[in-house]
Amino acid sequence: MKLTLKIWRQKSKNDKGKFVEYILDGVDGDMSFLEMLDFLNEKLINEGKEPVAFDHDCREGICGMCSLFINGQAHGPDKLTTTCQLHMRRFKDGDTIVIEPWRAEPFPVIKDLVVDRSAFDRIQQAGGYISVNTSGRTVDANTIPIPKKDADRAFDSATCIGCGACVATCKNASAMLFVAGRIGHLARLPQGRIEAADRVQKMVAAMDAEGFGSCTNTGACEVACPKGISLADIALLNREFIKAHL
Amino acid sequence: MLKTSVAKKITMALSGLFLVVFILVHLGINLTLLLPGKETFEKAVHFMATNPFIRIMEPILFIAFIYHIIMGIYLELTNRSKRSVGYAKYDGSAVASWASRNMIWTGLFVLLFLIFHFYNYYIPFKTGHVESHYDLVTGLFDKWYYTLFYVLAFIALGIHLSHGFQSAFQSLGVPREKCLRFLKISGNIIALVVGLGFSIIAIYFYFN
Ligand code: HEM
Ligand code: FES
Repeated sequence: MKLTLKIWRQKSKNDKGKFVEYILDGVDGDMSFLEMLDFLNEKLINEGKEPVAFDHDCREGICGMCSLFINGQAHGPDKLTTTCQLHMRRFKDGDTIVIEPWRAEPFPVIKDLVVDRSAFDRIQQAGGYISVNTSGRTVDANTIPIPKKDADRAFDSATCIGCGACVATCKNASAMLFVAGRIGHLARLPQGRIEAADRVQKMVAAMDAEGFGSCTNTGACEVACPKGISLADIALLNREFIKAHL
Repeated sequence: MLKTSVAKKITMALSGLFLVVFILVHLGINLTLLLPGKETFEKAVHFMATNPFIRIMEPILFIAFIYHIIMGIYLELTNRSKRSVGYAKYDGSAVASWASRNMIWTGLFVLLFLIFHFYNYYIPFKTGHVESHYDLVTGLFDKWYYTLFYVLAFIALGIHLSHGFQSAFQSLGVPREKCLRFLKISGNIIALVVGLGFSIIAIYFYFN
């Protein structure tokens, strides 16, 4: 198929950036979205032009590196799908596709479609962990019985890959779903309960300090999340936050 | 504690829910306008003006309103500043309801109505030169443009509440797994009752 691509090009963090239009012929429906960009880049390199920079790594929906705002939606039009899992058969011959980087103040564009998501790492470091003695006398986690229901829910929250689609799609650029995934993972497990009050306060403070917006419960994050992290985790975060202050 | 975004949002929810209770009481009083004769409404107004509990709640209501409005505008402005370069294409309707994305606009429209409402009713009520409260209230609905503005304001409030009611409980941490269905349904019923209730009164007096 033949596509018109409108891609955001920006040389560096301080460059103003602009959309550049490319006509790409010969795109196959079996290509993934990222393979389609590889195909474009091969063409650009052959023409002696600068290829389009974009983030990717595993290309199987588990690492969270791929991003891209595609035709107005994070990771494109499909639910529960990362950009690397999106296939070109989802588009039609003659389509115009607008491709933009994640837009949020705490995610500055580094180059073209690549943004700096290290703000997430700093939120994680503020409290997204449990403190255990790893001196060699570590108790096996399985010695603590956990109801299957809780273990399953904690695991669901832990499937967050930190891609940032929640922030990208939220009209407020809020990181609440990301933080709530961390809280939802650890607050449901006995190992995580010990530092629960401290964790929620530190992570919320870190989230604010990074400059993310505040949640208004629109639910856009939940729809955009490729891993299906639920708004129920944001309610849990709020609950943990209130508990920590009582 | 009010420093964090989460705490601010919790106070937004508390002030919002307090306003919901107020608006339901207000609707209850206004519905007596539809009863035959003017006495029931006059009695209800007299009760509200003299009841000590209501007298205590009035200044609290003022504070809640002002807080809700200022905090709502403040949060909207800060949230807007978090994306200085916007998307060329953003499909908001694919991910969230219209009501949830436009809380500020439905809210500001209600605020515009409140300003007129104060000028038309509250100030005459309080300055005490009112012969008949019933006539004052129903008289304004003679004008079609006032009736239309009034109905639009309550449709806006209904839309505001269709998201706001359920959202407030989410902000307060009510477990979503168990309560979401109940909260969504009751929120929509309250939105409908408030939106239709006030509108019907206005339309009734426009035609009578
Ligand atoms: C007078 C002008 C008003 C303005 C400017 C306004 C503005 C707002 C805004 C911007 C929000 C969203 C804030 C957020 O989600 O963080 C909101 C939420 C809300 N508003 Fe209003 N509002 C007004 C009047 C009212 C009235 C009269 C009621 C009730 C009768 C009400 C009930 C609510 C509720 C329940 C919420 C949800 C709180 C939450 O999501 O936690 N508002 N308002
Ligand atoms: S490249 Fe790893 S999730 Fe898409």
